[in-house]
Amino acid sequence: MDSRHDRAPDSRTPEPERSQTTLRVNGKPHTLMVDHRRVLLDLLREDLGLTGAKKGCDHGQCGACTVLVDGRRMNGCLLLAVALDGSEITTVEGLAGDGEDLHPLQQAFLDRDAFQCGYCTPGQICSAAGVLAEAAAGHPSHVTDPAAPSGEPVALGREEIRERMSGNLCRCGAYPRIVDAVEDVIP
Amino acid sequence: MTATETVLGAPAERREGREKVTGTARYAAEYDSADRAHAWPVPATVARGRVIAVDAAAALALPGVLAVLTHENAPRLGDPDDPVLAVLQNPRVPHRGWFVALVVAETLEAARAGAGAVRVTYETEGADVTLTASHPEAYVPDSANGGFPAVTEKGDPDGAFASSAARLDVGYTVPPLHNHPMEPHAGTARWEGDRLTVYSSSQGTSAVRAELARLFGLPEDRITVRSEHVGGGFGSKGTPRPEVVLAAMAARETGRPVTLALPRRYLPAVVGHRAPTLHRLRLGADADGRLTSLTHEVTTYTSRVKEFVEQAAVPARVMYAAPTMRTLHRVAALDVPTPSWMRAPGECPGMYALESAMDELAVEVGVDPVELRIRNEPETEPESGKPFSSRSLVECLRDGARRFGWERRDPRPRSGEEGPLLIGTGVASATYPVLVGPGVASARALPGGDFLVRVNATDIGTGARTVLAQIAADALGAPLDAVRVEIADSDIGFGSVAGGSSGTASWGSAVHEACARLSGMLAGRSEPLPEEGLVAEADTSGKADAESPYARHAFGAHFAEVAVDTVSGEVRVTRLLGVFAAGRILNARTARSQFIGGMTMGLGMALTEDSTMDPAFGDFTQSDLASYHVPAHADVVAPEAYWVEEADDHLNPMGSKGIGEIGIVGTAAAVGNAVHHATGIRFRELPLTPDRVLTGLLEHGHPAGMLGV
Ligand code: FES
Ligand code: FES
Repeated sequence: MDSRHDRAPDSRTPEPERSQTTLRVNGKPHTLMVDHRRVLLDLLREDLGLTGAKKGCDHGQCGACTVLVDGRRMNGCLLLAVALDGSEITTVEGLAGDGEDLHPLQQAFLDRDAFQCGYCTPGQICSAAGVLAEAAAGHPSHVTDPAAPSGEPVALGREEIRERMSGNLCRCGAYPRIVDAVEDVIP
Repeated sequence: MTATETVLGAPAERREGREKVTGTARYAAEYDSADRAHAWPVPATVARGRVIAVDAAAALALPGVLAVLTHENAPRLGDPDDPVLAVLQNPRVPHRGWFVALVVAETLEAARAGAGAVRVTYETEGADVTLTASHPEAYVPDSANGGFPAVTEKGDPDGAFASSAARLDVGYTVPPLHNHPMEPHAGTARWEGDRLTVYSSSQGTSAVRAELARLFGLPEDRITVRSEHVGGGFGSKGTPRPEVVLAAMAARETGRPVTLALPRRYLPAVVGHRAPTLHRLRLGADADGRLTSLTHEVTTYTSRVKEFVEQAAVPARVMYAAPTMRTLHRVAALDVPTPSWMRAPGECPGMYALESAMDELAVEVGVDPVELRIRNEPETEPESGKPFSSRSLVECLRDGARRFGWERRDPRPRSGEEGPLLIGTGVASATYPVLVGPGVASARALPGGDFLVRVNATDIGTGARTVLAQIAADALGAPLDAVRVEIADSDIGFGSVAGGSSGTASWGSAVHEACARLSGMLAGRSEPLPEEGLVAEADTSGKADAESPYARHAFGAHFAEVAVDTVSGEVRVTRLLGVFAAGRILNARTARSQFIGGMTMGLGMALTEDSTMDPAFGDFTQSDLASYHVPAHADVVAPEAYWVEEADDHLNPMGSKGIGEIGIVGTAAAVGNAVHHATGIRFRELPLTPDRVLTGLLEHGHPAGMLGV
């Protein structure tokens, strides 16, 4: 797939400033010539037209850009795209599996009215997907009981969810309903 | 069961929810096209002065940079209504962060690099950015925001104060606060000949169109402004902002569609903010706590660009039955960014001060703070003497007290200790006026049985689309899913701003009228509808916004429980409960969300949101989300919102009052009062950060000289 960069009239750009990079995004491979300065968030939004991941701060402070990189939640605004060659990226647009209309988290966010303006929502949903996986894999958080057995799945109570979701800001203040929605999806 | 009985008030789901959870809802920066360019502004790095030279050569030499606009080469604009929009028109720098150049480039990276390469030389002048209560340039303006008189006086408040049994004379400080909606301000502009289309992150497209018409010298009908989805605003998108002007300018200069999405750190200087307010409250009361005198004086700042006066003494004119009263605003024009609307301007900081002072008075006279407020309940609006259309403050206080378990409270300060924690509870009242604007709407009956309602509303996260569909369905007697709603497009016609908690009342009145008219047309009709359907229109100018003989306000009561950590000084809000009276609640689901959203922002104001105007640089020190702490998930434990239904025939056809802002009003006072109850210490400056609280605890808990030991 072509990137906007290839079409740009920037014949002055010496090639050392761009590299060919291949990413699998929502299951599809994309090979692009990527400006070394380009972060994953801008690659998704500008090159691939996937604007579900939002830019709230561009500096890793808000979580609006959260996507899954090889299954782990990451701030897309902090990752240089060229460093991700070969990675598997999942965005809110690709979260629902094959044959699934909505991912269970997306459905829970709708059912619980877990948003207002919706700008933080894709990041919240991707982050929640990451939280569920991390807890299942036994990753502790700041509020996990230190006596909990190491490596065992961590039970996600509301305090755990709040703690683990705290990197995703919501200025509309939809927090309690986001926690409700995440709770609904705990297996 | 008829639709009329079920639709209004029902917890209908947001109509755009699916787009929002799947990432397909498009916001202003997300309207791409093959030839779209990106712009990046260059903010001034001095607090006051003039640009004497701009060297753009290095920027223009960078690959991908298309243009560098400055005051020297930017197109001359017409005069805007709002002088903050006169960008790149002259070399003057009125405050740090004012945009002095704009780089347009093929990509975001090139635009950012270009902006970094522009060399601006300034002639600097001495700047004054520090507000003090006795600032020599502070003056009493003619009016404050909202058109309220700056000063009101009733009787002899000084004389009454001097002879009162109980007297309280105290000051409170609220720092500058920032709106910081999650979507930074953005605009995408495209010219086709002399037609301009703009996607704007705005709370009202009509206002944006009117300013663009003035600036670019175009008739309004050649401009289309759309704001289909807006990632929050909280007042900062209530007036057009520089990015939309710069995007339109850059698009015209380059002949390309241009997007300008402001970097987060640039927002505090250019999108408005809540000005700091210094309050002086003097309350006189009899021995039973009945007010005899109330004086609320506010000193604030504005910029040198325009006068904006936070009307923080205005709520005192509404709240309590004081026979003598003075409210007064003073403002100093400094070399600071221009303040503007932030959620409940006036009421929010004003009620923090007034409701904190009421709590101090309650302690002083030994009356329960809920009871003190009830004792001071007025018959009519204290300042105007007008009857209230409805006022359920007492019901809110009583219902909240019951739900919260207030009667179990030990009134003695510092009576709740749990290990290193001090536990306390507090209460505060809330108020917000009923505002409403005029506008147009149309309703069309389509042959298939559906209806199309068009109204230039904006949904900034409130659920406007959804509640307007409910209002239409109710007026048409139609099922909700038969009603389609189109909003957020200036081509629809005039629509007022999503601000002042007025949206639903304003747009809803027009929708209701168009739908009622259409219903009438359909009722007398037996022949089938023509192919294009049957349309009814409404224009509520002069009606919806007519003067009312009634004082119309929403009221509420907040109850908070805090745990103050005596080791770290951290305050945690463990319970937050609000009860509101806002007429008829039209959508239980979205209304509760709005109330809680407002309370959450109030929690931030109480505990974490702090901005400092750096006296040397004229910059907000906390200009991004890493340093300006808005509440995060972990801060918000379990806020509860309830309401008291009011039947009020003096509002609008729906019987509703606005709900978007009252949630933030009073929250910070309830938290502060709870901190006093917990610690016995009165903190009179927000926010209640650990450094302040710990210092207070050490000063009170240790003998002199032991501080910090
Ligand atoms: S945009 Fe990436 S964290 Fe804010
Ligand atoms: S829904 Fe608006 S920021 Fe979260």
